[in-house]
Parts: sequence; structure tokens; C-alpha cells
Amino acid sequence: MSLREGLDRLMTGTSGNLARAVAGNKKALTGLTLLLIFAFMAIFPGLLAHDNPNAEIYPRSAAPSASHLLGTTSYGQDIFSQWVFGTRESLFLAIVVGGLATVLSVLIGVTAAYRGGVVDVALSLFTDVFLVIPAFPLVVVIAAYSKNGGNSILIAVLVVTGWSYGARQLRSQALSLRNRDFLAAARVRGERQWRIIVFEILPTMTSLIVANFLGAAVYAVLAAAGLQFIGLGNPDGMSWGTMLFWAENNEALQAGSPLWAIMPGIAIAALGGAFALLNYAFDEIGNPSLRPVRRARG
Amino acid sequence: MKYVLRRLGFFVVTLWACLTINFVVPRLMPGNPAIAMMARFKGRVNGSVLHALEIAFGVNTQQSEISQYFSYLGNTFRGHFGVSLTFFPETVAQVVRSAIFWTLGLVGLTTVLAFVLGTLIGMVSGWRRGSKIDSILPPIFVITSAFPYFFVALLSLLLFSITWHWLPSGFGYDNTDTIGWTWSYISDVLVHAILPALTILVTSIGGWILTMRNNMISTLAEDYVQMAKGKGLSPLRVMLNYAGRNAILPNLTGFAMSLGFVVSGAILVEFVFSYPGLGYMLLEGVQNEDYALMQTLFLLITVAVLVAVLAVDFVTLALDPRTRSQT
Amino acid sequence: MASPILDVREISVEYLSRGEPARAVDQVSFELMPGEFLGVVGESGCGKSTLLFAIVQLLRAPAVITGGEVIFKGTNMVQMSEKVLRAIRWRDYSIVMQSAMNALNPVTTIGAQYADALRAHQKISKEAILDRSRQVFELVGIDPVHLGSFPHQLSGGMRQRAMIAMALLFSPELIVMDEPTSALDVVAQRALMVQIKELQRELGFAVIFVTHDMSLVSHFSDRLAVMYAGQFAELGATSSVFADPMHPYTAGLLDAFPSVYGPKVYLDGIPGAPPDLANPPRTCRFLARCPKAMTICAGPAPEFYELAGRRVRCFLHDPAGGSDA
Repeated sequence: MSLREGLDRLMTGTSGNLARAVAGNKKALTGLTLLLIFAFMAIFPGLLAHDNPNAEIYPRSAAPSASHLLGTTSYGQDIFSQWVFGTRESLFLAIVVGGLATVLSVLIGVTAAYRGGVVDVALSLFTDVFLVIPAFPLVVVIAAYSKNGGNSILIAVLVVTGWSYGARQLRSQALSLRNRDFLAAARVRGERQWRIIVFEILPTMTSLIVANFLGAAVYAVLAAAGLQFIGLGNPDGMSWGTMLFWAENNEALQAGSPLWAIMPGIAIAALGGAFALLNYAFDEIGNPSLRPVRRARG
Repeated sequence: MKYVLRRLGFFVVTLWACLTINFVVPRLMPGNPAIAMMARFKGRVNGSVLHALEIAFGVNTQQSEISQYFSYLGNTFRGHFGVSLTFFPETVAQVVRSAIFWTLGLVGLTTVLAFVLGTLIGMVSGWRRGSKIDSILPPIFVITSAFPYFFVALLSLLLFSITWHWLPSGFGYDNTDTIGWTWSYISDVLVHAILPALTILVTSIGGWILTMRNNMISTLAEDYVQMAKGKGLSPLRVMLNYAGRNAILPNLTGFAMSLGFVVSGAILVEFVFSYPGLGYMLLEGVQNEDYALMQTLFLLITVAVLVAVLAVDFVTLALDPRTRSQT
Repeated sequence: MASPILDVREISVEYLSRGEPARAVDQVSFELMPGEFLGVVGESGCGKSTLLFAIVQLLRAPAVITGGEVIFKGTNMVQMSEKVLRAIRWRDYSIVMQSAMNALNPVTTIGAQYADALRAHQKISKEAILDRSRQVFELVGIDPVHLGSFPHQLSGGMRQRAMIAMALLFSPELIVMDEPTSALDVVAQRALMVQIKELQRELGFAVIFVTHDMSLVSHFSDRLAVMYAGQFAELGATSSVFADPMHPYTAGLLDAFPSVYGPKVYLDGIPGAPPDLANPPRTCRFLARCPKAMTICAGPAPEFYELAGRRVRCFLHDPAGGSDA
């Protein structure tokens, strides 16, 4: 199959509609491109950076040069390598936390909407409480108690604080769907409740679920970076947030190695930005009235 | 009335949840970390304060968990938050009292300002959709709103303070100054607040602009806006009274929900600039494993957010007559 | 012979889009006399609402007027700047929309919305505002206490009447109405129509009434226009159009209503669907669904012929040539 045929195949059908919508939306394309670049960096870091990111063998605090594109840290590590290799952990955190938080949101939000009554009241209260409690302070407090728990604690803590927004949104949408005719038809056909939820309700909510995943991913990237920055992540890990932590600890900005802090910062912003762009694009795709309008002349 | 009661009830439930989290989490962690902390207090603190701390963290007491829980609640309501390790021998209450005004001033004012400005810009942007303003500002803010607060903070620190030496690099005021209502002190405070305030403003305003703009666009499609135009009202009046007043309502709810996020960002901003507010104290507490301080600050920050949420609820009640009928 | 208060000449409206623009209104022309009640009927999507909003210059993007003139009291409104238009809006003509719940600002009181309109066109004291508001409320039969109510606090019928009262604030010479009764039940519908007709007799304003409900409007309108695929198919005195429909489409519409008194008849619908307005056929637009199509209908579309005070867009009534074959 030639590239052209492949693209043609991609552009037809419902997934084709989506593909076309994404391709036509500048925000979506930018976000997707950024994500793909990061994915490449995460999967094949060795192709881009040849030095060992952890090895402290290079001259310390060196300025950027041909052999060290971004210079070196005050421990003698190559910044560029750290930056490239750091992609993996940051992207991994974003996707895992995003995914788990979304799963939790869907479970709680849709169940609350579908079961209604006391179950709904209880779950909604539970959701609202977690929604209102400011996430970062909560995350800080919990993480502080488990300082050396490594990444699994980090993931758990982020998921616990990141699901509530999505649950609320999904519940709203599920509620508005609950009384639609196609669901009544399913009930009359005798379909079991869980089947109705999984095969009738969820597919209709796909775009919202995807949007939630993207939103949770943004949250994960920023919150994880924030935690690592203040030292609550895994300081021996290799991620952008940890780079920032060590940079801050060694006063990189003042000491003349600003790139040590700036580059991971840019990467975090870019990854978060990519997810955010995709999120806004999804909003526009799902709600055509928000799309950019060419002003009518005359 | 029912509405008010419901919201107050929610306030109480959330408060209870925070207190319970504070109580339960240290007990869940393997090898109760509070034990190490307590060891550092031994012999330096008088009996009743020590006892309060022991109850809060479940160390060394003979009481059952349940009675510990209620004692803890009681202590909290009486304001016995314990003693701070970081600022020993100051009590947590004293630390909090000194930090709270810095945060209220910086974060409080800036957030409100960002919301007001953002909403106005968003309103005009949505109204003049497709114009130059609309094609430039929103895309810029899609990008800036994704910037982490601490990154913007670091950047502005690097640019304005370290490279260009225009503004101070941290703290609330110069240590060489005497505290008091003198102009030199006040202006010093203001100058030190510029960078942190600007950081919070620039990073948070994007969200308001975008949501208000989108709300505005949806509202402009409504019949009553067309009707207002049909009545011959001036464009300004239509934009403010008919479109704006309706478009802002969902934005207010959004403001309440995202306060937590803004507060989180503000904590990191305070950290980067060593600005002596609640957030900075929280992180200092983390570095020093000062659990008593951390817990109380967490509680306080949540209370602040809750109060703001309640305030927004009441504003919504005032602006949208339909909610009044729902009570 | 009085001169027409409204003279619409070859007005065209297109909906711009990424592809071909759709021409929702295609060179429609008609005149309206002072105090006349003109009903415009047609199926969904025929362009009648678009025509109405084009006349009052309230089209929303992506709809634009692409040709023609709307001469209201001597001046062409299409050319008017927004500033000049604003001065005559509501004073000389006003609008009543389909759903008062959507057309009234939900967060301000009815009284405030009346005050808005009054203040926009003149310097007026609070007492005068209150006076006039009470007056129009009385005209439609609503208790003045509701000036302080919000739209969601009134019943559907009351809301609709409040909207009509608002349209009367300046006793304009023309009121256009876009399906104002569609959101009501049949009893309320008739009551509202009777009230509108009475007000019209009392105050003497002209009305353009757009609806899909032919039987409803026929009891109250002086003239009737039948619209199809962006054009007028037929235009004439209501009684004539009903007694003797000239266009096959009109006949089809009338046949779709069962008679209360007559024998039980099998109801014919009109099979098929209206043409795509982005690519309208060069032929008569009704050709595909017309039971009386002739060979000449396959050629270029017919004009809007004039016969004895009525107009019809059909070769059957071409005054120049003969018909069939």
C-alpha cells in the first residue's frame, strides 16, 4: 500500500472524519506534532543524545559547545542528554496518570449519573469535596509523608487529586444522555445495565472522555514537575522536574548555567502546551460554533 | 435560603474531610514518619503542647484512635495547632499569622485582578470575533496558560532580576529596612511584589480570557442578543448588559473551581521568589519535615479557597435570578 | 391610492460557507401597504425566516444580503449605516420572535428591558417609562405588577404577550413576527392571534407574519405569500389563494389539511424534498415534486407572473403563452 493509499484509507469512515477534523485544525496539528516529537525523544533517546545522562564525568558547569549542546551541570553531567532522556519519565507520568485519572473519572461520574438517587448524591458530594480541596497543597502534604516512595507514590497521589474535575464533567454529560430515547430502547430490549453503560453510553461520550484524558495529562505534567521541583519526587530519577530541582539547588540561574533550568522548563511547558492545544482543538471539533470564523465582507 | 444552607453544609463537610485527611494520612504511611519528628521535640516543649502534637499524630498516647480523633478535632477548633519545627519556638499559629497577610495581598489581589481583566478582555474578544484583537490574543494565551507558574517565575527572575537588575530577586522586603507604615517600607514591599504578581497575572489570565471568549461566542448566538440589537440599543449596552451579563455566569463557576489550581501555582511562585507567604511557609515546612506546620497550612489554604467559593456562590445568586427560584 | 410602507425589491440572501454559498432567499419582491396583514407561509427551510430578518437588517453571520433593496418609508435600509438604522429601530418597526423565553434577557426584569428600549431612542423620565410600560401591558392584558418579574417567572402565553407588548412601545408602523405562536398550545395560539388582530385594528400597524401553519394565519391575514425554496411561489389575497390556489405547491399544501366538515378524504402529502439551495436547478424549483409538470417546465424557470392582482410562479398561468403539451 502506498503512502497515498494509506492516507486515503485513514481519511474515510468515522475515524476518517476525526482524522480530517484534526488535520484541518491548526491547534490540533501543532499539538499532535509536538507530542510526536516528544514520543520520538522518549522512545529513541539514544539516537539524539550520545552521552550518559547520569555520568558525572564531563567538565563541570561548562558553557554550551559543540560537544555539549546545552553545556554541563555543576556535577559534570551533560545537560542535553539529561534533557532528552528526561522525556521518557515525564511523558510516561503524563500518560499513566492521565489514563488512570480518566478511568476513575469515568467510573465515578457515569455511575453517579446512571444510578441516580442516594448513590448519585453520595458520589457527587465525594467528587465536589475533592474538587474544591486545592490539589497541590494536598499533593504536597501526602507526598511529604512518603518522601522516598518513588514514582508509584507520585502517580497515586496525582491520580487521587486529578480525577475529580473529569468526574464532574462526565457526570453532567451522562445525565443529559440518560433520558435519551436510544437508551430507553436499550432498556426495553432488556440489555443489562453494565452493557448499556459500556456499549451505549460510553461511545457517545468518547470526545469528552478524550478531552478529559488530555486535561488530566496537562495536570499530571505540571503537578509532577512542581512536586519534583520542590524535591518531593524521586530525586534520583531522570525527568525534567528533577533537573529543575538540582538546578535550583545549585543556583543555576545565578551561577551562570541558566540553560540547566530553562531547558527543562521549556520542555515541561511544551509538553503541557501540546496536551492543552489538543484539548482546545477537541473543544472546537466537538463544538463547531467555536471554530475560527472568517469575517463576512460586505 | 435552602441554597445558602446547602452551600454552608458543603463548607462544613469539606472542612471535616480536610481534618480527617490530616489525621488519617500520617497514620497510613509505613513507619509513622511523625515519630521521628516527635523525637526532635522531646524535652524542648512543655507538656500540654507536646500532648496536643502527640494526639495529632497518634504517637505515644494510650487513647483509642477514635478518642484521639475527637481530641484532635477539639484541639484544632481551639486553635492549638502545635509548635513549628522550622520556626521553633514559634507556634504554628504565630507563623501563620505573620504569613497570611503577605499571601492575601499578593495572591488574593492578583487573582481577582486577573479574573476581572481576563473576563473583560475575553468579553471584548468574543464580541469582536475575527478582529485583530481576537486573532492575536487568544492564541497567545492558549500557549501561556499552559506554562507552569514556576517556569514563568524562573524566567522573569532570570530576565528582570539577574540579567537586567531591574527588580529584586526575592523576599517580601529588604532586610535593611525597618518595618512600619513608612513610604520607604511600603514602596519596598510593592517593588518586591511586582515580579511575583506579574507572574501569577500573566499565567492565570489566559484561562479567563479564553473561557469568557468562548462563553461570549455561545451567548452571542442567543435570540435575546439579536433582539437587543433589534431594539436599537447601542453596541456597548448589548455587549455589557445582554451578552456579557449572561456570558459571565459560567465563568464565575469556573473561577471557583479553578481557584485551587491558582493557589497551587501561587505556592510555587512564592517558593521561587522566597516570598514570605503561606505557600512559602508550606514548602519550608516540607523541607524540614515540619508536619504540624504543613497540616495547618493545608487546612488554612483549603479554608481560604472554600471561603472564596462561597463568595462566588453568593455573587452568582445576586447576578442570576434563576438560581434564586431554585432555592 | 396610498403608497406602500414597505417595498422589497429583488432581495437575495446567501449563507456563506467553505463550499458553495447557499442562496436562502432568491430575488424576492413584494409591496406592503400601511395597516396590511401579510402572511408568509412555507415549509421548514424555505427561507421565510431568513427573508424576515433580511428585511429588518438583523441577519447573523454567515448570512449576508447579496442583492436587492428594502425600501421602508422611502429609504433603502440595506444601504443604511448601523448608526442610522439604530435610530429607527423599534421606533418605526419592531420584531416579535418565536420564543419569548429565548428572546428575553433571562437575568433582567421585563420592566428593565422595556426601559432599555425606551431610553435608547429618547430622553425619558422614570415616570414616563413606567407609564408607557403599564400602558402596553394593559393593551395585551397583563397585570402591571409583572414589570418587576423575570422572564422565567411568567407562563408561556404571558411571556409571548409581554414580547408583543414590548414591540408596541413606540406604536411602530410595521411589526414583523417570526412564528410567534409556534411555541404555544392551540388554544393559546388562537387567543394570541385574536389579540394581535385586535391590536392591529386599534393601532393600525402593518404586520408581516411568518409561519408554517397555513390554516392558522389564513383566518387573520389580508394577503398570503407562499414561499418555496427561497422564492415566492404565489402571492395574493388570502381568500382568493384559499378558494382558488394557482400554484401546484399551494394546492398541495391546502390538500394536506383535512376538512372538519367535508367527507373523509385520503390525505395527499407532497412527495420528495426541496432542492439544494447551494446548487439550485435552472428549471422551476418545484419540478421534481409537481403533479402538473409539463414539457416546458424542463426549460428555464418561470417568472413571477401577474394575473388579476395575484402573482404566481408557474407556467400554468403564463399570461403570454398557452399551457400544456
